Amino acid sequence: MKKTERDFSTHLKKRHFAGRIFKSICCASTWTGIVVLVVLLVAVLWKAWGWLDWDYLSHYDSRHPENAGILAGFWGSFWLAILTTLFTVPIGVGAAVYLEEFAPNSRLTRFIQVNIANLAGVPSIVYGILGLTFFVRMFDLFQGDQDKEIEIFLILTSVKIPLPLGRTLVAGALTLSLLILPVVIVAAQEALKAVPSSLQNASLALGATRWQTVKHHIIPSAAPGILTGIILSISRAIGETAPLVMIGALTYVAFSPGDIESPVQLVTNPQGIAKAPFDTFTAMPLQIYNWVSRPKEEYRHVAAAGIVLMLVFLLAMNATAIFLRHHFKKKLQL
Amino acid sequence: MRISSNEGRELKISKSLTDASLARDEIVKRNFSSLEKKITIFSMKERAIYLVLFMCGVASIATTIGIIYVLLSNSVFAMGGNEAFFEHVSLVDFFTDTQWTPQYAEKHFGILPLLCGTFLIAGIAALIGMPLGLGSAVYLSEYASLKSRKFLKPTLELLAGIPTVVYGYFALVFVTPYILRPIFQDLMGFSVDIFNATSAGIVVGIMILPTVASMSEDALRAVPRQLREAGYALGSTKYDVSVRVILPAASSGVVASFMLAFARAIGETMAVTIAAGQKPSMTLNPFRSVETMTTYIVNVSLGDTPAGTVEYQSLYAVGLTLFCITLTMNLVSQKVLSRFREVYE
Repeated sequence: MKKTERDFSTHLKKRHFAGRIFKSICCASTWTGIVVLVVLLVAVLWKAWGWLDWDYLSHYDSRHPENAGILAGFWGSFWLAILTTLFTVPIGVGAAVYLEEFAPNSRLTRFIQVNIANLAGVPSIVYGILGLTFFVRMFDLFQGDQDKEIEIFLILTSVKIPLPLGRTLVAGALTLSLLILPVVIVAAQEALKAVPSSLQNASLALGATRWQTVKHHIIPSAAPGILTGIILSISRAIGETAPLVMIGALTYVAFSPGDIESPVQLVTNPQGIAKAPFDTFTAMPLQIYNWVSRPKEEYRHVAAAGIVLMLVFLLAMNATAIFLRHHFKKKLQL
Repeated sequence: MRISSNEGRELKISKSLTDASLARDEIVKRNFSSLEKKITIFSMKERAIYLVLFMCGVASIATTIGIIYVLLSNSVFAMGGNEAFFEHVSLVDFFTDTQWTPQYAEKHFGILPLLCGTFLIAGIAALIGMPLGLGSAVYLSEYASLKSRKFLKPTLELLAGIPTVVYGYFALVFVTPYILRPIFQDLMGFSVDIFNATSAGIVVGIMILPTVASMSEDALRAVPRQLREAGYALGSTKYDVSVRVILPAASSGVVASFMLAFARAIGETMAVTIAAGQKPSMTLNPFRSVETMTTYIVNVSLGDTPAGTVEYQSLYAVGLTLFCITLTMNLVSQKVLSRFREVYE
C-alpha cells in the first residue's frame, strides 16, 4: 500500500513537470509567430527609414534609386481595388444568397459548395495562367487583326475596349476577381447563416416573398458581416502579386492609368476615368517585386518604402474590418 | 401586393379539403382567390431574380471549367495548328527525366528537379509551420486566458494578411544575410547561397502557421466538453487531457489543417521566386538555390518566350501538374475534415 502511494505521487510530480514543459512549449510557439511578425515589421521599417517621403509618393519609377517613386503603383492598385470590388461584390453576394436562401438541397448545390471550397485552394499562379490565356490573349482568337476594338459611347465620352483585352487594368481586375470570388462567397455565406431564422420566418409569415425577405431583412442584417468579408478579400487582392506578374504587368510603367495623378482629377477628368480601365498598369506589390529583383543595393530601400506604404493600407483595411465586425456584433446582440 | 410564394399553402389547404366538402372548397376558392397561382409581372420578376442568383452560383463552376480547359489547352491539346506539349514530350520523359533545361539547345523536360525543389521548400515550411501552428492551436484552445487569447488570435491572423511579396523580401534581405549566413556559414562552415531553399522554406512556414493554428484550434475546440471532464475525473493532469484525449480526438481536423497548409506551401509563388532562386536542380541541400514549379511559371511569363513554342507550352504542363497536386491534397483534406465533423457535430 505504502509503496504504490509513493509511486503514484512521484509519478504525479513527473506528470505535472511534463505538463509545465508542454505548456511553455506551446506558449513559446505562439509567441514565435508574434515575434517574427514584429521582427519583420521592424526590419522593413529599418530599411525604409529615410526613403519614404513626399518625393517617393509623388514620383514615378526611375532608373536612379533616389528618384524612384511609387505613384504609378499606387494608382494602379487603387484602380485594381475599385474594379475588383465592382466585379466581385455582385457575383459573390449573389452566389452566397443563392446558396443560402434559394438553392434546393440538390446534387448540383452540393457540387457548387465543394467546388467553391476547392477553388479557394487553387494556387494564385494558376489563376494567373487563366487570366493570361483567357483575358489577356483570349486564346489568340483575335490574332489576325491587331487593333480590334469595340467602342461604346457613354454620355460624356466614349470607351474603347480592345480585343483581346491585353495587359490592361480590366484584365488584371478580372483575374483578381476570379481569385477572391470563392473567399467572398464563403464569407458572405457565413454572414447570411448568422442571421437568426426567426427574422426570416417572421417576414415570410407576414406574406413577404422570398426575395422580399432577402432584400429587406436578411441582407441588411448580414451586411456588416458581408462587408467585413469583402474588405478582407479586397485587401488580399491588393497584396496579390503572382497573377499580375503572370498577365504581364511587370513592365516599366511611368504613368498612371487614365493620366489621373491626384484625387482632384478623379472629379475633373471624366475622360480619364473612362480611359483608365483599359490602360496598361503596374501595382504596388509589382513595383516592390520589380525593385527587389534589381541588382542595385539601394533599390532594397526603395522596395522597403513601398512595403511600408502597402502594409499601412492593408492594416487600415484590416482594422476597419475588425472594427465593423466588433461594432455591429454588439448591435445585433442588443 | 400579390403573394405568389404561398402557393404551397394553397396546395395544403386544398389537399386538406378533399372530396369531403366540395362546397366548402368552393367557398375557400372564392374567398382566397388571391392565393391562386397567377403569372403576373411581379412573379416574373421573382423568377428573373432567382435566375440571376442561380447564374451567380453557377459562375464558380464556370471558373473551374475555365481553369481546367485553359490548363489542358496547350498541354494536352493545342489551339490552332500547333502541336501540344505532351505531343512533343512523352509523359514518361516528363516524369522520369532528371533534367529541366528548356532554354538550352538540347531541351530536356523532366519535371523531377522542379518537383524536388517544390517539395524541399514545402517540406522545410512544414517542419516549421506545422509544429508551431499546432503548438499555438493547443495553447490558444487549452491554456490561454480569455484576455491573452483576445490579443494573440488576431495578431497571429495578421501574419496571414501580409502579402507574400513581403515575405520574399524578408527572406532575401533579412533571413539569409542576418540569420542563415552567420549561423550556418560562419559558425558551422556550410556554404550558403544568397538564394537558398531554407530562407524560402522558413518564411513559407511562417506564412502557413496561421492556417494550421486557426484550423487546428477550431478542431480542438469542437471536441465535446464531456471528454475533457471525463479525463479530469479519472485523475488526469491538464497535460494528459490535452495530449492523450483532446489531440487524438481532434486528430483528423489537425491532419486536414496540415494538408491544406502543405498544399498552400506547394502553391506559394512570390516568396519562393524572390528567395529561392531560379536554378532547377535535383538537390536536397537546403542551402542551395532551387527552382520550384511556381517559380518556373513566373519566369516563363517574365521572359519573352513566343507563344506556340514548346517552352511556352511547358508553362501549361507545369501549371497542370501543380493544379493536380494541390487539388488532390485539398480534396483529401476536405474528406478528412468531413469525417471529423460527422463524429462530433
